[in-house]
Amino acid sequence: CFLFHRGEGFNGLFLLAVASITLNFVKEAEIKRINKELANIRSKFKGDKALDGYSKKKYVCKLLFIFLLGHDIDFGHMEAVNLLSSNRYTEKQIGYLFISVLVNSNSELIRLINNAIKNDLASRNPTFMGLALHCIASVGSREMAEAFAGEIPKVLVAGDTMDSVKQSAALCLLRLYRTSPDLVPMGDWTSRVVHLLNDQHLGVVTAATSLITTLAQKNPEEFKTSVSLAVSRLSRIVTSASTDLQDYTYYFVPAPWLSVKLLRLLQCYPPPEDPAVRGRLTECLETILNKAQEPPKSKKVQHSNAKNAVLFEAISLIIHHDSEPNLLVRACNQLGQFLQHRETNLRYLALESMCTLASSEFSHEAVKTHIETVINALKTERDVSVRQRAVDLLYAMCDRSNAPQIVAEMLSYLETADYSIREEIVLKVAILAEKYAVDYTWYVDTILNLIRIAGDYVSEEVWYRVIQIVINRDDVQGYAAKTVFEALQAPACHENLVKVGGYILGEFGNLIAGDPRSSPLIQFNLLHSKFHLCSVPTRALLLSTYIKFVNLFPEVKPTIQDVLRSDSQLRNADVELQQRAVEYLRLSTVASTDILATVLEEMPPFPERESSILAKLKKKKGPSTVTDLEDTKRERSVDVNGGPEPAPASTSAMSTPSPSADLLGLGAAPPAPAGPPPSSSGGGGLLVDVFSDSASVVAPLAPGSEDNFARFVCKNNGVLFENQLLQIGLKSEFRQNLGRMFIFYGNKTSTQFLNFTPTLICSDELQPNILGFITKPVDPTVEGGAQVQQVVNIECVSDFTEAPVLNIQFRYGGTFQNVSVQLPITLNKFFQPTEMASQDFFQRWKQLSNPQQEVQNIFKAKHPMDTEVTKAKIIGFGSALLEEVDPNPANFVGAGIIHTKTTQIGCLLRLEPNLQAQMYRLTLRTSKEAVSQRLCELLSAQF
Amino acid sequence: MGGIRFILIQNRAGKTRLAKWYMQFDDDEKQKLIEEVHAVVTVRDAKHTNFVEVISVADSLSVLQFRNFKIIYRRYAGLYFCICVDVNDNNLAYLEAIHNFVEVLNEYFHNVCELDLVFNFYKVYTVVDEMFLAGEIRETSQTKVLKQLLMLQSLE
Repeated sequence: CFLFHRGEGFNGLFLLAVASITLNFVKEAEIKRINKELANIRSKFKGDKALDGYSKKKYVCKLLFIFLLGHDIDFGHMEAVNLLSSNRYTEKQIGYLFISVLVNSNSELIRLINNAIKNDLASRNPTFMGLALHCIASVGSREMAEAFAGEIPKVLVAGDTMDSVKQSAALCLLRLYRTSPDLVPMGDWTSRVVHLLNDQHLGVVTAATSLITTLAQKNPEEFKTSVSLAVSRLSRIVTSASTDLQDYTYYFVPAPWLSVKLLRLLQCYPPPEDPAVRGRLTECLETILNKAQEPPKSKKVQHSNAKNAVLFEAISLIIHHDSEPNLLVRACNQLGQFLQHRETNLRYLALESMCTLASSEFSHEAVKTHIETVINALKTERDVSVRQRAVDLLYAMCDRSNAPQIVAEMLSYLETADYSIREEIVLKVAILAEKYAVDYTWYVDTILNLIRIAGDYVSEEVWYRVIQIVINRDDVQGYAAKTVFEALQAPACHENLVKVGGYILGEFGNLIAGDPRSSPLIQFNLLHSKFHLCSVPTRALLLSTYIKFVNLFPEVKPTIQDVLRSDSQLRNADVELQQRAVEYLRLSTVASTDILATVLEEMPPFPERESSILAKLKKKKGPSTVTDLEDTKRERSVDVNGGPEPAPASTSAMSTPSPSADLLGLGAAPPAPAGPPPSSSGGGGLLVDVFSDSASVVAPLAPGSEDNFARFVCKNNGVLFENQLLQIGLKSEFRQNLGRMFIFYGNKTSTQFLNFTPTLICSDELQPNILGFITKPVDPTVEGGAQVQQVVNIECVSDFTEAPVLNIQFRYGGTFQNVSVQLPITLNKFFQPTEMASQDFFQRWKQLSNPQQEVQNIFKAKHPMDTEVTKAKIIGFGSALLEEVDPNPANFVGAGIIHTKTTQIGCLLRLEPNLQAQMYRLTLRTSKEAVSQRLCELLSAQF
Repeated sequence: MGGIRFILIQNRAGKTRLAKWYMQFDDDEKQKLIEEVHAVVTVRDAKHTNFVEVISVADSLSVLQFRNFKIIYRRYAGLYFCICVDVNDNNLAYLEAIHNFVEVLNEYFHNVCELDLVFNFYKVYTVVDEMFLAGEIRETSQTKVLKQLLMLQSLE
């Protein structure tokens, strides 16, 4: 084994290494021995006698060895750098290796290292040039890019550069481009690099293809000519006999890695436009597909792997082009054969590749023919990752025609599925059931089955969604009530089922109450039999169901009041439960039937929006891996403020309002006059007025929050605040004088936030005019990477100017954090647009001609004066945009009504742009001066 | 971005025999990845594929994003040769790149064994650099690689 016995001083260490391999040597002995060795090396380096190159190399090599055994090294860097300027290959090599493995980019050494590299690059010695290039390619630091990004392209395309140096230079440049693209300027060299695809030396072509692919991804125009060159190179390879390429033939397959790289390069571009090139490429792809059908030239797995590597890459290209139905179907048939291959690798890759074929309209049907094989894979594959691919493929091939079968198979697989993939399957089933539900009773059954089979893996998104859908579709409500009632009969049912059941019976229990088998009292007893086994949030939800029952079924009111009155409720140690019991009991006692009916009316339909389940799946799998054929159709809100929005993908996961948070909902009336006094609450009930605890220490407003605040004037959703730790996202909706704001707190770190306490603060001046209620406190612990949401209900009592401040305090690591931001609750949010004709507009305009009613502002444009953007902003502001009202078509006029609890205020506005001067004149007329003033301020800041 | 993130050779006990990183990782992350690879690879047998997807949490500032990797590996006697690539990279091409590399090592060290990798670590790095550079496949011809290696050896 020991071919290269060298370095006599190594023996001790070598023995040690052997010992730790073979004898599992005692760790302490190893450390002792190594410390002794380190001390020895240190003394050699510090000694009076200058070390010769050989000894220096020997000790640097030892240090490296010790480092690779897993010990820290804090000296020897200087000696390693010295080795770089040696003229002996072995010394230089060890020096460069040390630098590559133990880079230390801070030190002054960088200058010395770069100097040595520069000398070696200029040495015209291919071995030294190679070492220098490999070092740059390994370290790839910005300093190195600054020093060499200009030089390396020259080395790469110079006529006299050796092939092996070209290979290294190409990949070295690729590394610098990846780490510092701004430092690698495109230039004359680019076209010459493209021509390396024609090089005689296939090693040079192999390296150059990687470089070109990376560059072409970012600069497709610049490298367009590479397409035809790549096609002709590929064509020469695939049509060559298996021995033509000599040492680039691998187990009878000609240049497999280069073929794969060329096929990947072609995936940076659409199908070639030139018919000749396109024809040649199609021939190549057909040849590759044909070869897959030929008998193998060798029984070795290396042969079939190399051949299939090229085949799979060719199929990727076919799918990428998605334009040749014939090739797509042939690809699908080929993959179909692999689905039953004895090699697990091939079955896995076929499933994976077919997943993308399923989303092409040309091959979707062909993929569907393999459904039985895929279902079988789900049942028989031993490797969980293969089963997972089978699930992915079933999901991808699902459409209306096979949804019942696929959903049924997934459900039955779920019974035995690996824990690691259960949650994902649950999400997939939930999405498919919703997406392809023709009959919503099937949907309800499916979700309840999900909860029965895998209740622990059914996340909140899933059961929120089923409730939303039932609330929004009155044709399924009766069925849902009946089904949950039956499901709850099971002696042991999952808590998630209790939640769904409680919620649905609370809303629609009346629909089945006519049946004596599910009379109100029976419904109540059934739910209450689960109560004591449930967690606090579920019990809280059930209490809300009970108060809803009081409204729905007056005959069970005394029974429910008895339950609420019991010590276990009224004196519950949990503050939330206790409060609900107190408040509901009181509500049921003092409120009249009418008030009860209003407060506890049915939930209004939820606004339709992207399924949060889909968002969750995307988040879990990464956006690119979730195929959604209807992605494009989804409505997208216009960002009226133009600029790029820093909202991360995760905000889309925030879209579903939590129905558990407030059963009473926004649609319900404001606190009933006879309702429970909010001041009695201990913090965290349904009707808690958080304004009462005015915070003592409040951070000054976070920097930049003014700007963010302004961006929300014309829109309701987005990121309000972000720093390194915390992200605050908003989603809000307003109707008349009421609003509901969902606040999402994202912990961007991997560490818990403790004592996480958001507080809403209104100044004394603001307080009488605007009411905000945080419906529920958030959990004081926010896990790393987690998001929590909070709902604020808002009521506008009368017009106002200031905005409430959201103050957040928490502990992160050992430090106390305090963040304050203005919540973008502005007067214009309570606008209702009013359409009116030109004549009406000007008549009202004249009626408001009193000088106190008009406020005007002339100001310079801060953004480009774009008509469409301006229109979008006025609509986003909340007023109607009235077309053909102003005689001058360049002007914009709008009208609307501000709703407050006490009054309604009609508002007219007119915006006159002056393109030449880049100015605007904005005029507001309302019946109240303060309102005109505030609206004018808010809107002026938007242009 | 495609390409190799790292190449790792480990023995069955999890001892690293070669680690070549092609991306910036901090030391903790490297250690975590090494342990993760060992944990996922050693439990697999012949009925399993040679591919494992690994989802590793990226640096703490961007926890909302995940880096998706996959490990392509093959076992030779007591050693696991692992290449970590982007999820979209070609599995079989890298699986055979491993084999090509092992054949070169075997030829160069005349029946390579684990100890060759330990004692001649600096030569192994040279072999790696000849065949893989900047996370890309640099040279695939065994003849050319071996010729170059013998030339370099003659300089010693």
